[in-house]
Amino acid sequence: MTIAIDRRQFLKASAAVGGGLALEFSLPVAAAPAKGLPPTEVNAWVVIHPDDRVVIRIARSEMGQGTLTALAQLVAEELDADWMKVTTEFASPNEHIRRKRIWGSMSTGGSQGVRSSQDYVRKGGATAREMLVAAAAAQWKVPAAECKAEKGVITHGASRRRVRYGQVAAAAAKLEPPKDVKLRDPKDWKIAGKPVRRLDIPDKVVGKPVFGVDVDLPGMLHASIFQSPVFGGKVKSVDAAAAEKMRGVKKIVREADFVAVVADNWWRANQAVKALKVEWDEGANGKFSDETILAMFREGLADPRLPEAKKVGDAATAMAGAAKVIEAEYASPYLNHATMEPMTCTAWIKPDGFVEVWTSTQNAEASMAAAAETAGVPLEKVEVHKMMLGGGFGRRGAPQDYVKQGVLIAKQVPGVPVKMMWSREEDMRHGYYRPASLVRMKAGLDAQGNCVAFEAKIACPSILALLRPEAIQKGIDFSAVRTLNDMPYTIANQKVDYAMRNGHVPVGFWRAPGLQNAVYRECFIDELAQAAGKDPLEYRLAMLKPGDKNRLVLEAAAKHAGWGTPLPAGVFRGIAMSDGFGSFTAGVAEVSVNPAGELKIHRFVMAIDSGHVVNPDTCAAQAEGNAAYCIGMLYQANTVKEGRMVEGNFDTFQIPGMTEMPKVETVLVPTGGFWGGHGEPGALSFMPAVLNAVHAATGKRVRTLPLKPGELKKA
Amino acid sequence: MIKLTVNGRVHNVDVEPDMPLLWVLRDQLKLMGTKYGCGIAQCGACTVHVDGEPVTSCRAKVGDMVGRKILTIEGLGKPGLHRIQKAWIEHEVPQCGYCQSGMMMAAVALLAKKPKPTDADIDEAMTNLCRCGSYPRVRKAIHAAAGQLSSATAAKKA
Ligand code: FES
Ligand code: FES
Repeated sequence: MTIAIDRRQFLKASAAVGGGLALEFSLPVAAAPAKGLPPTEVNAWVVIHPDDRVVIRIARSEMGQGTLTALAQLVAEELDADWMKVTTEFASPNEHIRRKRIWGSMSTGGSQGVRSSQDYVRKGGATAREMLVAAAAAQWKVPAAECKAEKGVITHGASRRRVRYGQVAAAAAKLEPPKDVKLRDPKDWKIAGKPVRRLDIPDKVVGKPVFGVDVDLPGMLHASIFQSPVFGGKVKSVDAAAAEKMRGVKKIVREADFVAVVADNWWRANQAVKALKVEWDEGANGKFSDETILAMFREGLADPRLPEAKKVGDAATAMAGAAKVIEAEYASPYLNHATMEPMTCTAWIKPDGFVEVWTSTQNAEASMAAAAETAGVPLEKVEVHKMMLGGGFGRRGAPQDYVKQGVLIAKQVPGVPVKMMWSREEDMRHGYYRPASLVRMKAGLDAQGNCVAFEAKIACPSILALLRPEAIQKGIDFSAVRTLNDMPYTIANQKVDYAMRNGHVPVGFWRAPGLQNAVYRECFIDELAQAAGKDPLEYRLAMLKPGDKNRLVLEAAAKHAGWGTPLPAGVFRGIAMSDGFGSFTAGVAEVSVNPAGELKIHRFVMAIDSGHVVNPDTCAAQAEGNAAYCIGMLYQANTVKEGRMVEGNFDTFQIPGMTEMPKVETVLVPTGGFWGGHGEPGALSFMPAVLNAVHAATGKRVRTLPLKPGELKKA
Repeated sequence: MIKLTVNGRVHNVDVEPDMPLLWVLRDQLKLMGTKYGCGIAQCGACTVHVDGEPVTSCRAKVGDMVGRKILTIEGLGKPGLHRIQKAWIEHEVPQCGYCQSGMMMAAVALLAKKPKPTDADIDEAMTNLCRCGSYPRVRKAIHAAAGQLSSATAAKKA
């Protein structure tokens, strides 16, 4: 079962719904497939059908961020394809391994989808184009240089001959690929750089089964799982007497740290899981709570021998000589990714030992490795079918816990495919959470209010320690210290120390890992501007070198938002900036707070310089999505009690809704020459801009998230 | 056997009467467009129409559905696409898309009651949750489907 994106049925999306849209191009209208004639793989990225349909292979995952379409645009651009004939398919991870990782990285995180593969996917398209042109030229016995490719047609000007890609693809595939291909200057782009319609949307509006949870195979069974409520706990005993008798139940699975029920539909499996009486060996973790975690962070901040994440100048001496010293402590809780689609994995251990897995994954190779290891087979004996993700945000990349569980369960019913899906409660209580943290910052200002010394101590669990320990350098996890140890601000004396305090809660990459530091830093800079009696925009600009791209986006956001111009009564602005994930961003928020303390975010202007822009509309959508994702930080927290997560569903871990959404205006200011991401950078400046606006509105500094009830109420 | 009418077709399903409609649709009838998000009537991912009303199918017992007309995303706008689906494509509403079946079902129900909904009407009716933050586009697409976006505003806002 491969899930190819099928857009054939969507002829031109009707203009009757409003017309006059900024989006370019209609959705492709592919010709009916010619019967019997096989397509040709011109190279790993480009497959061409005799009827000219072009299938572009996509190695990265699609979780709504638009990477699938952007990558297809880049290949199609260099290929000079007719965009209306382009479709996509995910490259097979099994074939990837067998062909010596021909599709490069399959990992989709860190806003890397486009920026870390653009070079080789564009070369893939350009190489295929040259081969097609060469094949046509050979057929006509003319020099290739006299031929031109455009929209899937090759022409020879002098003789006015023309041939379609579909007619020469088979011959082209037999040619030696050119060694060096020249890539197009982005200023000449015709398909890339344009707001073409996303290729995955038509299937998604008719409810086609494209997600991991939608997998359906003949004879498939369903599984629901229950994991140790205390992280790290083990199963001690299971009383399955009641569950076994329940309708549809096929198998009770007991593993070291979870139990599961396999049944003929998911609801029955889940009902039976709830009927299991499980005794857990909770180990030592049952004693931990938010209080013990905070105490651990405090102990970390007090540790005199912390590794340094940054040291320039002499912060201590400069601080001692400062006219004014400002000090503040900021804190955040653990946060679940809360993808709308819960963790899910369908696994099938076939009679010949081959393992097939269908899953929503941000990293197909990691899923493959997890499945192979769990099943005890080599990678070559595993196939992972990449499904559309119902949200990823970092949850489905490095941790492949759900794939391991899916395969473990399938091993108990060999020969039968089993679809395991977590309940929302499992998903909420068994995340790889955005780390909680406590950060103390201190700044020394001179008599004019200029910041001459900056110190930060960061107590935060390390994501790398859990998921990629080899990446830790000298005790520093870059994702825990970034934004504080790599400030663009020209402060002469800086010292940043990192207290790695890991605790027992699993942590992971959560949209814009390290994001909390951007919140702390940019709110603290606002405090410094206030102490200096200066405008927060001017204060920042004075600390940025001329030509710094942070300056450019800060100025662009301020200009677009009308910084300094009058606002309606009761509405206040806040500003923030942060680079990250290859891009530079700045944001201006407009908020109001009523006397009851209710906060309304009216507008958010986000300026971003990502170097190049492949699809402006999906970039804007990412800005909107980042804002929505971050609003939740105002009230979300996963609280720890007796070693376990308290919140179990959206009633206690609330997801921002329609009424909370501000007007989001995205200002794209690409300066060219580099490739930055879009999936995460938009998250960086949202919350600090909002909190700085809250201060402007109320005079209150919010330094600990989430907000406490009544915190913004007028005293 | 429970007799169900879904998207104009009659099905006989052999399930417990207290099984939620959501799971009958997904696992028995293989209509996978309707999604599970929370199971506690919080997110709206499972929204379908029962006799024209939007209902969170995760909390609707299948035993209570006998004799009622159920419409899911798969049955919407047949033949072809409903104007909401067209507007959703036109305005590139979905990101991951997981919540969108429920969103569209809620939007269609809203338009049936209020053909020209105001922003306040949309706020009130569209309580579905979207982790990807498609809200501004949901709003715009509803207005567009209601014929309330002039080309000029559509172009400006896009
Ligand atoms: S699954 Fe029914 S409302 Fe969330
Ligand atoms: S589009 Fe992803 S949850 Fe709504």
